[in-house]
Amino acid sequence: MRDSKSKFHGYNRRDFMLTGLGVAGGLALPTAFASRAFAADRPPIGTWPAGSAGDSVFIGITVPRTGAYALQGEDELKGYELAVEHINTGHPLIKKISPKTTKGVLGKTVKYGVADSGAKPNDAVQAEQRFISENKAVLMTGSTSSAVAVALNKLAQREKVLYVAGISGSNDTTGKDCVRYGFRQCFYGETAANAIGPVLLKTFGKNRKAAFMTPDYTYGHTVTKSMNDFLTKNGGWTMVTNQVSPLGAPDFSSYLTNIANSGAEILVNVNWGHDAVLSIQQAKQFGILPKMKLVVPYQVPFLAREVGAETMEGVYAATDFWWTLEDKYPLAKMFVEAFDKKYGYKPEWGAENAYMEFALWAEAVEHAGTFYPPEVIKSYEAGRKIDSVVGEVYWRAADHQLVRPVIIVRGKKPGDMKNKEDFWDVTEILPGAPLMQKPDAFGCKLGDYT
Amino acid sequence: MITWTNFVSQLFNGLALGALLALISSGLTIIYGTLGVLNLAHGAMFMLGGYAGYVAYEATGSFVVAVIAGTLFLLVVGVAMERLIIRHFYGRPHEDQLLVTFGLGIVMVELVRLFFSSLSKTVPPPQLLSGITSMGFLFYPTYRLAAVGIVAVALLAMYIVLYRTRLGMIVRAGIEDPVMVDSLGINVYRIFMIVFGIGAMAAGFAGIVNAPVASLTPDVGEAILVQTFVVVVIGGVGSFPGAVLGGLIAGEIISVTSMFNPGYAYVMLFGAMTLVLMLRPQGLLGTKGRE
Repeated sequence: MRDSKSKFHGYNRRDFMLTGLGVAGGLALPTAFASRAFAADRPPIGTWPAGSAGDSVFIGITVPRTGAYALQGEDELKGYELAVEHINTGHPLIKKISPKTTKGVLGKTVKYGVADSGAKPNDAVQAEQRFISENKAVLMTGSTSSAVAVALNKLAQREKVLYVAGISGSNDTTGKDCVRYGFRQCFYGETAANAIGPVLLKTFGKNRKAAFMTPDYTYGHTVTKSMNDFLTKNGGWTMVTNQVSPLGAPDFSSYLTNIANSGAEILVNVNWGHDAVLSIQQAKQFGILPKMKLVVPYQVPFLAREVGAETMEGVYAATDFWWTLEDKYPLAKMFVEAFDKKYGYKPEWGAENAYMEFALWAEAVEHAGTFYPPEVIKSYEAGRKIDSVVGEVYWRAADHQLVRPVIIVRGKKPGDMKNKEDFWDVTEILPGAPLMQKPDAFGCKLGDYT
Repeated sequence: MITWTNFVSQLFNGLALGALLALISSGLTIIYGTLGVLNLAHGAMFMLGGYAGYVAYEATGSFVVAVIAGTLFLLVVGVAMERLIIRHFYGRPHEDQLLVTFGLGIVMVELVRLFFSSLSKTVPPPQLLSGITSMGFLFYPTYRLAAVGIVAVALLAMYIVLYRTRLGMIVRAGIEDPVMVDSLGINVYRIFMIVFGIGAMAAGFAGIVNAPVASLTPDVGEAILVQTFVVVVIGGVGSFPGAVLGGLIAGEIISVTSMFNPGYAYVMLFGAMTLVLMLRPQGLLGTKGRE
């Protein structure tokens, strides 16, 4: 119900007029020739060429700034903002990821607008539609809920404007709901399950009884399915109960009562954002924790800060990034330092994912040498090896999923923490390719370029 | 998980959950019943009570001080809100009242977000009430058990004020017929201010009592508000006993349904509300003509 809020950075009417006049005056003649020359093979598509005609390009960002995912949305936004700053100034970190970058993208300054999605697909789609029609956005991003990611995927394909997902853990985002115009950097249900599954079997043994807590939308259902499939097939585990709850549930007591009476030994909590925080805190109130062992298959930024290190001690989670990876990857070190300097705390994986999405987009556009969307998409699909904050990565052309490692972390004992942000031990870094399903296994059909 | 043990556990959990819902709803129903204003800021006031209590707790380390601070702060907020804003809307259409209270709710939520961020805050229960109690069929958080008692006492206090005092008599008369009360020479507007203050105070009290159960975020009132409306509709708008009954029914529906299929807990709650609206539009304990 709440209206979306948007703000526009460094962008006023005078700038617009001046830019417009400059472009019109300086480029009128060549543009006229060029458009005639391109007309045959490159008719206008989406916001191209209007969106990149000036000396700047616009990105539409929707993140939840209200609701159960607000904290993670705000964190994600910081990652985007840092990336834009780095792209526009030609920061060394961006140049490592996108070696062709000088300043901006193809020499054009990146500008952006932000809208609150409240993690609601309708709000996100409306805001992005506005960014497309009013700002001629060349790129859309944001989601901290896969329901939003899937909705924006569809909008991207319909409007022919590129979309890079924010946080999205559903198998569907690059599975059955994948699109030619959508890309995802982060790990997801299937890779999380295949990464953390063996660790759980090794730690807890075979034939265990597990209770699941599942948020009632695409992310929850696909992550729970991937986890349960792995654990039953490979370890003979049994799902004794699956407590499905709506996003933003104000209380988990009735679900926890069922779990308390289920005879489960392990609690696999797929809830996310504040839902994860609240359900874990209340599970502790009910004495379910530490009696049952907690597992968080899809790590939640700030979870350990919010529920406390004592509760998370020994808890396994799969994640995209944890800041102590700076000891292993030089780019991670640069990212953590830059982020910490700007915001005063160590980045969580939501910010890392956001930063990387923009960096990888800049890389793809620079390689394409144009903002013409089909060419940018083909550039993504070329499968180049790219240096990232978690080592070498590449895009899988068949489903637009980044092939990247999944990180397994275990909650540290409070006494072993070296500083107040040292919540997790990185126990394993698993290469991405073996964790992924075959590109068509979840029914991905990318659709057309034009 | 359909077993007898679980059924008894869920019945009990429904009671505890219902008690909290009843407390939150009672403030909303009294305000609507007397003033005719549907206060969409009620969820935000619930949240504000929690945060005021949190600040007091951080400063003093005392849960009792936190409860008193949260409650009194909302009394002040309620009275100020009524004097400065709400009173100008008594004579205006319901839509205007909805919009102004909805807007106030957003302002409160975003102000809290500005000062406290979206990072959740916790207020631990007092030492005496922390830990878990064995009920035989279930281990239950001691504080939640105590909360049932706290809520019962609070509701009893409200009952006494409403049904055993002169002020309560006037308020109830105001709910039935404000014009007649006014013509009897009673200053209805002063009563309105007091009622709004009491309603806000009930929301604040509920907010801080609920804080050890569910950690605080600026959005904590939003989801509660929806449930509160359901409770009020089921119980009957303007009816204090209706809010109590509605709260208990809502708590039981959520808990017992979750035993059969947790995904349908809220569906059944809204289903029950629809059923009540169809069969008895004034609510279970509501009076005809007030719906």
